[in-house]
Amino acid sequence: MIDFGFSVSPSSRINLDNADKEKFARLAIAEPDVLKCMACGSCTASCTAGAFEDTSLRRAILSLQNGLSDDASKLLSHCMLCGKCTMVCPRGINTRHLILSIQKIYSL
Amino acid sequence: MKNNILVIGGGPAGLEASSILSRMGYNVILAEKEKLLGGHLAKWDRLFPDQVPAKEVLNDMLGRMDGVKCFTETKVNSINLLENSYNAMLSNGITVLADAVLLASGFDLFKAEKKEEYGYGIYEGVLTNADLEKAFQEGKKSSPAPRAIGFVHCVGSRDEKAGNPACSKVCCATAVKQAIETKELYPEADVYCFYMDLRMFGRHYEDLYLRAQKSGIRFIRGRVSEVAETAEGRLLVKAEDTLSSKPLKVTLDRLVLMAGMRPSKTGHDVGRQLNLSIEDDGFFSAKDGLQNLQKSKLPGFFYAGACTGPKTLPDTLHEARSAAMEIDRYIKENFRK
Ligand SMILES: Cc1cc2nc3c(=O)[nH]c(=O)nc-3n(C[C@H](O)[C@H](O)[C@H](O)COP(=O)(O)OP(=O)(O)OC[C@H]3O[C@@H](n4cnc5c(N)ncnc54)[C@H](O)[C@@H]3O)c2cc1C
Ligand code: SF4
Ligand code: SF4
Ligand code: SF4
Repeated sequence: MIDFGFSVSPSSRINLDNADKEKFARLAIAEPDVLKCMACGSCTASCTAGAFEDTSLRRAILSLQNGLSDDASKLLSHCMLCGKCTMVCPRGINTRHLILSIQKIYSL
Repeated sequence: MKNNILVIGGGPAGLEASSILSRMGYNVILAEKEKLLGGHLAKWDRLFPDQVPAKEVLNDMLGRMDGVKCFTETKVNSINLLENSYNAMLSNGITVLADAVLLASGFDLFKAEKKEEYGYGIYEGVLTNADLEKAFQEGKKSSPAPRAIGFVHCVGSRDEKAGNPACSKVCCATAVKQAIETKELYPEADVYCFYMDLRMFGRHYEDLYLRAQKSGIRFIRGRVSEVAETAEGRLLVKAEDTLSSKPLKVTLDRLVLMAGMRPSKTGHDVGRQLNLSIEDDGFFSAKDGLQNLQKSKLPGFFYAGACTGPKTLPDTLHEARSAAMEIDRYIKENFRK
């Protein structure tokens, strides 16, 4: 490729037209409760890993909805599956189980 | 002798108060400017939160109107306060001498074309909440089915530039209800709600939200900033997903605007003649907002319903009943000594 001496940075805009909706639909079949998340942030606030590394189930779910599974992967990579977030989720989501399903379906 | 009560406006507030006052033994005269009674209720298909058909509710109310003198296609041309009663000339030539007046002039829907960036009246796929209710009433179904549909909350509400900083109260519940109904009609379609805050304050409202989530409707926290047409005639919609702090775009086939509630213009025409006070939001100001919501500053002149600000149907009906009670008390205290 010819080097023009400059680079074009990729757009950081979320494009829902290109988001992988098929995978998210598979997740929603395996884990219907993922749809109930109301982005309250309780899981992130109480996360044991989050005190040290950027870990957030709330943002991971959002990233998957936006088709950004790499971001979701990073946000869950330090999860220790301790299950603390399950205790605080006001929607009663089995978050620990959800994280396992995310990892399986998205092969993180 | 029966006292005359004039009710201005034949929407839910006017209808409910009239039938009660009539049963209390008053001579009730109702003036409605439109051909049909029912106000905005006649324009809705199913009502939040439980999706009861609006027609059933309206028919119940109309069934209690026996004994009330209803004049449709009738406006109040002039009204003035005499010593202790009101003299009103109606547009049908009839003059009414009333011992009390109830103003139930309701609201006008915000004119969505004023938010030019949303393209209402420009792009075919952009419609309002009221347009969608009409399509539901008519049982219209688009073919081919739309692939993606968006709902924009707070159109002409919480928007100082549009002249209305206030919340319209009913449109979050309306958006969620309409999103569910749209998803039921087009199960394969992606349905999005663009909101700033979800104000699901009433009983059963939160259940409606949960139901919408479970049916796969995606809630995006961010206000739609602009809409453009694509080469294929679809709608390119931009917003920020403020929960992830990233700009977002999506192509849709339909965009439904949650137009808010603005004061009724024809209600203002009546108010001007009597110098009734109006608050910054454009709605009539009650004597006070806690204990005297139905009273105006004038003796014998009362309010009910959305003429004093956005209200749900149950709110409106409560006010109509309170107004009937206040009017009864006023007449008993002032005319039957
Ligand atoms: C899109 C939308 C959907 C909604 N859906 C729901 C729902 O599902 N559930 C719910 O609880 N609430 C709902 N609401 C709220 C509901 O519509 C209102 O609470 C109700 O209509 C208010 O009744 P009203 O009688 O005060 O006013 P209106 O319904 O506006 O009636 C006022 C009447 O007065 C007449 N009038 C005005 N000025 C004059 C005049 N000078 N002379 C003679 N007549 C006059 C008008 O023509 C009109 O018929 C919705 C509102 C909107 C905007
Ligand atoms: S299970 Fe994972 S995400 Fe949940 S609190 Fe524990 S470490 Fe955090
Ligand atoms: S605690 Fe539950 S509802 Fe709240 S953000 Fe986390 S998963 Fe979602
Ligand atoms: S009810 Fe909801 S959509 Fe309507 S103005 Fe208020 S916040 Fe906006």
